[in-house]
Amino acid sequence: MSAAKSRAATGARGEGSFLPNLGKRQASGRRWAAAFAAATIAAVLVLGALVASIVNDAFGLVAMEFTVDPATLAPGGDIEKLSDAELVAALEDNLKSRRLRSLGNEKPLAERERADLLALVEDEVIGWEVVETFSLAESLFGRAGVDAFMAAEHPEAKLVFRSWVNARFLAASQSATAIDAGVRSALIGTLMTILITVATAFPIGIAAAIWLEEYAKDDKWNRFIRVNIYNLAGVPSIIYGMLGLAIFVRALEPVTSGAAFGAAADPTGANGRTILSAGLTLALLVLPVIIINAQEAFRAVPRTLRESGYAVGATKWQVVWHHVLPAAFDRVLTGTIVAVSRAIGETAPLVVVGASTFLTQDPTSVFSKFTTLPIQIYQWTARPQEDFHNIAAAAILVLLVLMLSLNAFAIILRNRLRAKKRFA
Amino acid sequence: MTGNFPEEGNARPSLAKRARPFEAAIRGLLFVSAAISVLTTLGIVLTLGTESWGFFREVGILEFLGSLEWQPVIGDFGIWPLFNATLTTSFYAMLVALPVGLMVAIYLAEYASDRVRETLKPVLEVLAGIPTVVYGYFALATVTPFLRSLLGTELVGVYNTFSAGIVMGILILPLVSSMCEDALSAVPRSLREGAYAMGATKLEVATQVVVPAAFSGLAAAFILGLSRAVGETMIVALAAGAGPKFTLNPFEPAETMTGHIVRISGGDISYDSIDYRSLFAIALVLFLVTLALNILSRRIVAKHGEVYE
Repeated sequence: MSAAKSRAATGARGEGSFLPNLGKRQASGRRWAAAFAAATIAAVLVLGALVASIVNDAFGLVAMEFTVDPATLAPGGDIEKLSDAELVAALEDNLKSRRLRSLGNEKPLAERERADLLALVEDEVIGWEVVETFSLAESLFGRAGVDAFMAAEHPEAKLVFRSWVNARFLAASQSATAIDAGVRSALIGTLMTILITVATAFPIGIAAAIWLEEYAKDDKWNRFIRVNIYNLAGVPSIIYGMLGLAIFVRALEPVTSGAAFGAAADPTGANGRTILSAGLTLALLVLPVIIINAQEAFRAVPRTLRESGYAVGATKWQVVWHHVLPAAFDRVLTGTIVAVSRAIGETAPLVVVGASTFLTQDPTSVFSKFTTLPIQIYQWTARPQEDFHNIAAAAILVLLVLMLSLNAFAIILRNRLRAKKRFA
Repeated sequence: MTGNFPEEGNARPSLAKRARPFEAAIRGLLFVSAAISVLTTLGIVLTLGTESWGFFREVGILEFLGSLEWQPVIGDFGIWPLFNATLTTSFYAMLVALPVGLMVAIYLAEYASDRVRETLKPVLEVLAGIPTVVYGYFALATVTPFLRSLLGTELVGVYNTFSAGIVMGILILPLVSSMCEDALSAVPRSLREGAYAMGATKLEVATQVVVPAAFSGLAAAFILGLSRAVGETMIVALAAGAGPKFTLNPFEPAETMTGHIVRISGGDISYDSIDYRSLFAIALVLFLVTLALNILSRRIVAKHGEVYE
């Protein structure tokens, strides 16, 4: 500092015209350096805020009201402690005779499973109803405010801390009430859709990349294919949804609805709006990304490896299959998994292709109606009720965990393949 | 050509010229795989083209491009309300992504130590890998309530294009910053050294030497970011509001082109109706705009990109 000042001072005595400004220039340099760092820190903080806001909504206090106090059914209100006979008695005491008769017609109460009885008591006798939900921050740091609000607004309600992500949430299907809704059908739908996407896009993508990197001459046609793939990678995903709607759902309906394979028409009436259509649409969407990533992987394989293959008399395909492909496979795989994890999060094209808005049954085959995790998140977020936002946040956590584990799996697999490789 | 070596032949048949049906079949298969991408493009152009053609025969391209009303119920199909909302959200997205993205890129390329860069880049990649529907949730459930408490609930609507645009900016920030950083890092060291030798400060080197030298790469990054913003769907579908409306007020709800397609196709829609075809006409506009931006972005790099060896 003092050195700079004295230099500036000597400059002022007339050595050069730029020296007097030096202090100012360095000060502005420091200011901007701080601004650049601040922008970067802000970007990282935004990621933190994003995660925090989701966690904030996925856990928290819930105020619930009931029609029958569970404490009157079991000591301490813990109905898990009741025996089967006591559960049946609770049902018989509290339900209307008409409801009891219709339940008995479905299956006599005495023959029902314990889990079934517990669910019936919870749903029909106690009748929990969410009246208010609080975020995690409110629950932890603003407990006094929550209690005051509850005393004023819902003195009858019971306040419990709830993790909206729980075993029941994973095991239950869609429901009209947030507290009973779960992501099972959506999770199964996501996995089946992605399986179709990978099974079609992976082989085609690699084959296309091999063609472009190993076989194609640099002529007009191949240059056109190359430019075309780059342009496809930039097409908005919703356009792929329109393509899928026109081609897979409508034009190829006999195939995608399963009718062409003699499969019995789906009883739910999917009409081409099936898991197969969704998976193929996503396959077209990720194909350019897979090709571009695989091309880079092949380009990184040293030329000498190919030359040595040719030198011992291998044909072109032998060189590609036995030498280039194994040498590039770890990168190809990583690139594919990055592309696939993007497909898992895709929402817009699947809405357009025709995801079901309210699906309570699990998909049974690729010709079933479908819903996926992102679709479920979209629909729950779009609803105005607070508690649906809570389960949307919970579903986001499930989705992020799914994507993270896929990426972790990719990294482990890549490291394994690298360790096995004989050459760099 | 084929067969055994002839015993009395003076020249052995060339191995290179032997017919190899398996190799030829593989070759054909690989080519077909590569050609599928061309078929995809063809499929997009044909489906958008034919359905739009049916739409324009009923509505007329002049009304589509000239009217300020989009109300299918009474037969008004002017794209401007939707297009204007797309422009508004993209504008605010770029307002965030452009300066912040460039500053992050300058910090990472010019200032950060290797260790800091190696830790920060994966964080930005994580940001880029989060599904857009999650950003949509963030916009609707966190950013909008925050804006409403900050600026007043009368001013800021529950659904508004401003908050959707801001969050969209966060979404494309990693794309812009990583492309900008690549462009800045490609500027050779000798240019920087030369500037330092002339007595420039670090900031002057960065802003007056490196940034101009990488300008084509930076421009390409911004245009690609803009293209991403125009095509982005889930954030605007959740946070920008439903119902086409021509407004310049960013705190009012307005439906974008992508938002309209998602809302209408997500409901009950009968094929072969004018509503159904109108979606393809919107998609055609969207496709042409993003395609033009993408091509422009790549042209800039190809034509004006400085090649340093």
